[in-house]
Amino acid sequence: MTRLLRPSLLLPLLALAALAAAPFLGFGDRFALTLLSRAMILGMAAVSLSLLVGGAGLASLGHAAMMGIGAYVVAALDLAGITEGAIAFPAAILAAAAFAGITGLVALRTSGVYFIMITLAFGQMLFFTLSALSALGGDDGYTLYGRNTFLGADILTPRLSFHFICLGLLAASWGLCAMLSRSRFGRVLRAARETPLRVEALGFSPFPYRLLAYVIAGGIAGLAGALLANAMEFVSPAVASWPRSAELLFMVVLGGVAQLPGALVGALAFVLLEEGLAHVMSAWKLVFGPLLVLAVIFLPGGLTGGLPWRRRKQERRADA
Amino acid sequence: MTASLLMLQLLNGLQLGILLFLVAAGLTLVFGVMDFINLAHGAQYMLGAYLAASIGGALGSFWLGLLAALPLSLAFGLALEWLVFRHLYARDHLAQVLATFGVILVIDEGVRQLWGSAPLNVPQPEGFSGGITLMAGLTYPSFRLAIIVAGLAVAALMWLVVERSRLGMLIRAGASNAPMVRALGVDTGRLFLGVIGVGAMLAGFAGAMAGPVFAVVPGMGDQVLILAFVVIVIGGIGSIRGAFIAALAVGLVESLGRAMMPELMRLFLDAAPARQAGAAVASMLVYAVMAAVLAWRPAGLFPAARA
Repeated sequence: MTRLLRPSLLLPLLALAALAAAPFLGFGDRFALTLLSRAMILGMAAVSLSLLVGGAGLASLGHAAMMGIGAYVVAALDLAGITEGAIAFPAAILAAAAFAGITGLVALRTSGVYFIMITLAFGQMLFFTLSALSALGGDDGYTLYGRNTFLGADILTPRLSFHFICLGLLAASWGLCAMLSRSRFGRVLRAARETPLRVEALGFSPFPYRLLAYVIAGGIAGLAGALLANAMEFVSPAVASWPRSAELLFMVVLGGVAQLPGALVGALAFVLLEEGLAHVMSAWKLVFGPLLVLAVIFLPGGLTGGLPWRRRKQERRADA
Repeated sequence: MTASLLMLQLLNGLQLGILLFLVAAGLTLVFGVMDFINLAHGAQYMLGAYLAASIGGALGSFWLGLLAALPLSLAFGLALEWLVFRHLYARDHLAQVLATFGVILVIDEGVRQLWGSAPLNVPQPEGFSGGITLMAGLTYPSFRLAIIVAGLAVAALMWLVVERSRLGMLIRAGASNAPMVRALGVDTGRLFLGVIGVGAMLAGFAGAMAGPVFAVVPGMGDQVLILAFVVIVIGGIGSIRGAFIAALAVGLVESLGRAMMPELMRLFLDAAPARQAGAAVASMLVYAVMAAVLAWRPAGLFPAARA
């Protein structure tokens, strides 16, 4: 029971509970539910990214590409007349995981800032590919005929039902990532992040572990992309743009990179703050930008606190 | 494709490559010497373009605008260093990426508020409005040639300073082992400040020169920033020589790709899909080159020695 009271676990549990209760506490209108589902979907992608950043030390600046693939698989199937979610969602997950697998084979050969840059490059490649898909509207994007159905049941359209599906999938993604990072697999990843040399000396090759983490995170982000396409009933290359990738990274860091649940808190705080500011003023970025800078400078451990991660740079230098 | 058309594309590629070099040089030095990723570097390029365009417009002379933009870019770079960057040197790359991303949001939005979202119209600079006939069937705008010449001059000057002066020696030493340079009694803080300032000024210079050629719009820095990152990663972080070679290569690949890919695709496809597929492949081409280089040499072509 005491473990449940730790702030790093308590905060996200409270957040999930608040999300579950929100529709019944006066946040059940169209605007609030749209906003919350957006926050939960981005939260799902951020949780998967957190598995990479916090768990394996792999700061990807191309995670939005995985969401883009998921969203565009839904759109492409919609164009082909297939609106069955039981086909579209697994296809979105598999496509994003496959993209992660292929790009991961190359990207994971690099490390540190080169990894940041090569993931950015793959993200940009996908972005331009999506922009050139004229059948799906190119730059202008593509409007879906409707939301996916599941075995013919129209469960994604009612707002309340969609809200709880997003919440359920978010909780499931978090659970999966939490389980993974607590398992032997997660411990190898963390060990390889701290001292790769020692891990190799112990007989582990970090590469397959990192690749698997990259593929799993890609798959979850693909699921988030499929949900996002359904939430907006529209896809455009902007889903996969690099500022979106930077935002996802930001959610992870804002929440606290040291713990997985931080991503959840970070995503909620980010989206609510962004939308709240945009609601109040048109030049909201003039306030939002400095807030981001201040958060990075003064909250090194993120909102959920915990270990100061400035330590790691010195360690990395000591290794070099 | 005729010889003159190919020549035109080569020159366009060279000119883009030179501009990229001016942006990438500051980026790679800051990165190499201080281990600091500055995403806001592209915003400084944009700011240079806006400052030169609006001051030049007000004074009625492009050259006065350019002259005024340089010290302003320098001052802006130093102000950013004082306000934001210096709090981030001790932090890891992730924190630097995110904080400077926040800076981009502010500068982009600030520019949009001050100058509006519509592209700024920059007239051709006086004295360089015409074209020069280089060969039969090829007249090239003289200002674009001026960009190439000015860029090459700056590159030569940088090479002299970095490779042949005491200051350059310190910069190179700082890039390969900053703690050691500090231990030898060099004030690396001042060295860093100088590098940041000069880097910002070079980016501003590139932006100001790009104004009459490309559209001056909010967000123009992002595209250049990412290409500049491609350049420094291909060239090897911290290496001016690598940045120069990679910048020219990226510039050439980018503009030759855009010109030739659609024609290449015509071999396999009909005209309309060939144009689209060609454009898509051309946009991806530099990133594919970068991925290939990193897969082959994970630390770039000319990695600055990091013992």
